[in-house]
Amino acid sequence: MNEKTIAAISTAQGEGGIGVIRISGEKALEIADKIFKNINNKKITEMKGYTAAFGKICHNGEEIDEAVALVFRAPHSYTGEDVVELSCHGGIYLTKQVLRAALSAGAYPAQAGEFTKRAFLNGKIDLTEAEAVIDLISAKSKSAARAALFVKDGALRKKIDGVKNDLLSLVSHLSAWADYPEEDIAEVTDDMISDTCKNSVAALEKLLASYDSGQAVKQGIDTVIAGKPNVGKSTLMNLLSGCEKSIVTDIPGTTRDIVEDTVLVGDVILRLSDTAGLRETEDAVEKIGVDRARKRLTQCGLLLAVFDNSRELDDEDKALLDSAKDVPSIAIINKTDLEQKLETSYISDNISKIVYISAVNGEGHEELVKAVEEIAGTANLNPSEGILSNERQRLAVSNALNSIKEAENALSFGMTFDAVTVSLEDAISELLELTGEKTSDEVIDRVFHNFCVGK
Amino acid sequence: MTTYFAGNYDIAVIGAGHAGIEAALASARLGCKTAIFTINMDAVGNCPCNPSIGGTAKGHLVREIDALGGEMGKTADECFLQSRMLNRGKGPAVHSLRAQIDRRKYSDTMKHKLELQKNLELRQAEIIDIQKYENGYTLTTRMLAVYECKAVIIATGTYLGGRIFVGEVSYESGPDGIFPATELGKSLKNLGLPLRRFKTGTPARVLKSSIDFSELEVQKGDEPPQPFSYETEHLGENKVDCHISWTNDDTKQVILENIHRSPLYAGRIEGVGPRYCPSFEDKIMRFKDKPRHQLFIEPCGLSTEEMYLQGMSSSLPEEVQLKFYRTIKGLEHCVIMRPAYAIEYDCVDPLAMNATLEFKDFPNLYGAGQFNGSSGYEEAAAQGLVAGINAALKVLGREQVIFTRDNSYIGTLVDDLVTKGANEPYRMMTSRSEYRLVLRQDNADERLTPLGYEIGLISEERYNKFLKKQEQKKAEIKRLKSTVISPTEEVNKILVSRETSEITTGVRLIDLLKRPQLGYEELKTVDTDRPDLDPNIFEQVEIEIKYEGYIQKQLKQVEQMRKLETKLLPKDFDYREIKGLRLEAQEKLNKIKPLNIGQASRISGVSPADISVLLIWLAQNK
Repeated sequence: MNEKTIAAISTAQGEGGIGVIRISGEKALEIADKIFKNINNKKITEMKGYTAAFGKICHNGEEIDEAVALVFRAPHSYTGEDVVELSCHGGIYLTKQVLRAALSAGAYPAQAGEFTKRAFLNGKIDLTEAEAVIDLISAKSKSAARAALFVKDGALRKKIDGVKNDLLSLVSHLSAWADYPEEDIAEVTDDMISDTCKNSVAALEKLLASYDSGQAVKQGIDTVIAGKPNVGKSTLMNLLSGCEKSIVTDIPGTTRDIVEDTVLVGDVILRLSDTAGLRETEDAVEKIGVDRARKRLTQCGLLLAVFDNSRELDDEDKALLDSAKDVPSIAIINKTDLEQKLETSYISDNISKIVYISAVNGEGHEELVKAVEEIAGTANLNPSEGILSNERQRLAVSNALNSIKEAENALSFGMTFDAVTVSLEDAISELLELTGEKTSDEVIDRVFHNFCVGK
Repeated sequence: MTTYFAGNYDIAVIGAGHAGIEAALASARLGCKTAIFTINMDAVGNCPCNPSIGGTAKGHLVREIDALGGEMGKTADECFLQSRMLNRGKGPAVHSLRAQIDRRKYSDTMKHKLELQKNLELRQAEIIDIQKYENGYTLTTRMLAVYECKAVIIATGTYLGGRIFVGEVSYESGPDGIFPATELGKSLKNLGLPLRRFKTGTPARVLKSSIDFSELEVQKGDEPPQPFSYETEHLGENKVDCHISWTNDDTKQVILENIHRSPLYAGRIEGVGPRYCPSFEDKIMRFKDKPRHQLFIEPCGLSTEEMYLQGMSSSLPEEVQLKFYRTIKGLEHCVIMRPAYAIEYDCVDPLAMNATLEFKDFPNLYGAGQFNGSSGYEEAAAQGLVAGINAALKVLGREQVIFTRDNSYIGTLVDDLVTKGANEPYRMMTSRSEYRLVLRQDNADERLTPLGYEIGLISEERYNKFLKKQEQKKAEIKRLKSTVISPTEEVNKILVSRETSEITTGVRLIDLLKRPQLGYEELKTVDTDRPDLDPNIFEQVEIEIKYEGYIQKQLKQVEQMRKLETKLLPKDFDYREIKGLRLEAQEKLNKIKPLNIGQASRISGVSPADISVLLIWLAQNK
């Protein structure tokens, strides 16, 4: 019933270990054949169920990795469909390369919980478990929604929105021009279309190239918690981690190492790092740690500078305040449960945003969330380079790119604008899929917003 | 006051505008004893706004109505004054036919057709009350006649609770000074229909002899003009010209000085007006930088001197209207015969309806046209046809028909209304269809005539003609594939003149036609064995060859959507019982109650994850 063949990394793996890419669906065997070279030349499509083969994964003529292919024939598989599992050497980079190969061979990236969903729909999972499957899907979609939330303020979202808006302007102009032929609407010219296409192609190609560099997927505002020893940094870290963990990308495994220190504070994702306490020290090893912490301070996206309410301000605190001048910062005065000995005016001279908390009993948590949200909204924090962070995003961008090229071809071939428009709309709907909007409504809204049309 | 029993009908249609007419004709033609009620016998098929039928996407609707056996296209052809195919050169998906029509003749012709129709009774009566009873609904007229009806179609247009606004003046009225339906709204509210207020408007009609045409741009019809109906054989000549003029700084000045007298800006109108049909003052206020606006001066008929000013709709006071019209070139001395006005009216939230246009909570009660939140004669007629067909099929005990997004603009219109709702009067546009290259105005018969035949609105004779045409089309494509054109000097001369590459070996005719620069017209001197066929066949064949890749791509998308549409959802179900659905999705699904997964996926606020949850839930409850 599901005509699409899907693929995803189905193991949670960090560096090392084994990575498994699962391909499921009607064309699973065929797709595996395109990327897997069996050492004894036997094709996967010729293999029986429950058999394995050893060979190499190749993509674009390049060998990616050695792998073992396990073949399951419908209905005797986890999903009840034809399934091939490719076990390779693991590691984020290699495993993603193999998945990429499978996707470019014709598989679609699996949706949240989709293998389980198919297993269920094909009767492989008992009906009584339906509820659990539904829970799984809605939980996964929630975490994906949180990832999307991040995308909303991020540099990536801005880049994609830029292209999307250019295309929407063009298509709404084309629509207004076609739907209101007797209104005084400027004619759309070949040049207008090809200029927009050219710019969009350049922007999307750049995005794709950034993904191809294999940059690690790390998201969120690079945030440092700093303060002198014993001021309550770790307690604060736990307090923040306790609110919402598991901000993950939807590729299992790639995020495990991030999960530990990535937290959602209100609507903002912080990638927290705790630092060694800042103090002058003679201990060689500790000194390295302190130096590193200082260096991190100057490079981070957000500094949470922690002070002790129950102690007087000292030189170390002042040194910290000095570093805080150059980065967006929040001063956190901890231990409000104890008697105040701290003189705060010196702090407020250096950091305008001050929050009073008691990390031990959780007081001031809401104020902290508000402060983080405010500063994230105003300080123009650039949480990441604006790179594509998962296969689904990559595929959508790549499909959009192809559709725009198709439009360019149609134009140069001399096709009428209605055909060109159809390709441009395909491109827009690929990009909108990343943000969850719906194409036709967007275009029509813009026609009415931007053009003076009437009866 | 005592009522009296006046008779019973299978189906009663309230309103004899464009929606009511198609509804009543379809129902009567399918064999149901039908009544159609109009407030004023002289307002049957009235065109209270523009004296034209068709236009972008609307022309598609008219062709589709005709392909299904409806009447609008034929009558427009009979009353046409001038016809133009819009968007030539922009591609076949957006080609749209529009005809200026003689509005009095149109109204008379339609009225006469209703009068002559077997099984149909046309009555002048205002319906003031509707009540449920065990076999359907009873309708009470202003004269206290009571009719019992198995099914009722509401097509009240702008009459329902109509109120006109002209500057500070406001009064209860239907369009064109005809009295409104003042009682029925209350009755519908009591019944439980979700009513709300919408607004629309129309420009003034001015006296032809008061216009100076000498310096205005003339807009002529196509030669030869094309008919809407597949059955119209002789359309005749274009009979009138239209003219184009422009507003200027003075016009703008008058508007700006008087904007406080607009009922809309003064906050007296509560109805939601359409974005695409703003009054002229709206255009000025919203697009302040635009130096001038275009207007069309269109004749209202052959037996009248009234001229319609397209683009100049307004609800400013009459004296202000006159002042700003007179700033326009050609209108310096114009005399207003009917002033422009805005009209506010009651309509229903279409989310309360199924795609059959039957109310979900009120079996055998249907709605069509402006009452459903749409705008435009053609949109109304399309819905009238859908409601008429389905009400009749239901009364006859036959399965109802759902028009789909992939078979028609009619289906797209209905699906948009009942799935997305309408927050303002809904106008059809080609941009609303995702399958534009498949749903063209040239192939409406191919898409819908077999369905019309199956329903029973297409005669045996017409169907056979259609089948013959399809045979001829097939044969022509075969001929194009087998005919080889040799690289003669004559051929290459044509190719060079069309700026496409010369041929050096024999090339199949079909491959030459694939080139965007070439068409049947260009190749006629070298295509010597060409058969004598209906021009529409050549048109369809040429488009299908040129756009084959795109059409195939869209057909594939259609296939995917169809798969989702075969997965049916229950009609009476509380989606709050499915825990995995997000709250927003539960609420939307409960409100809209989609028929199938495909429709559910088009609801804004229902995510792909929600669709997965629905699929699993469906499997679980098989």
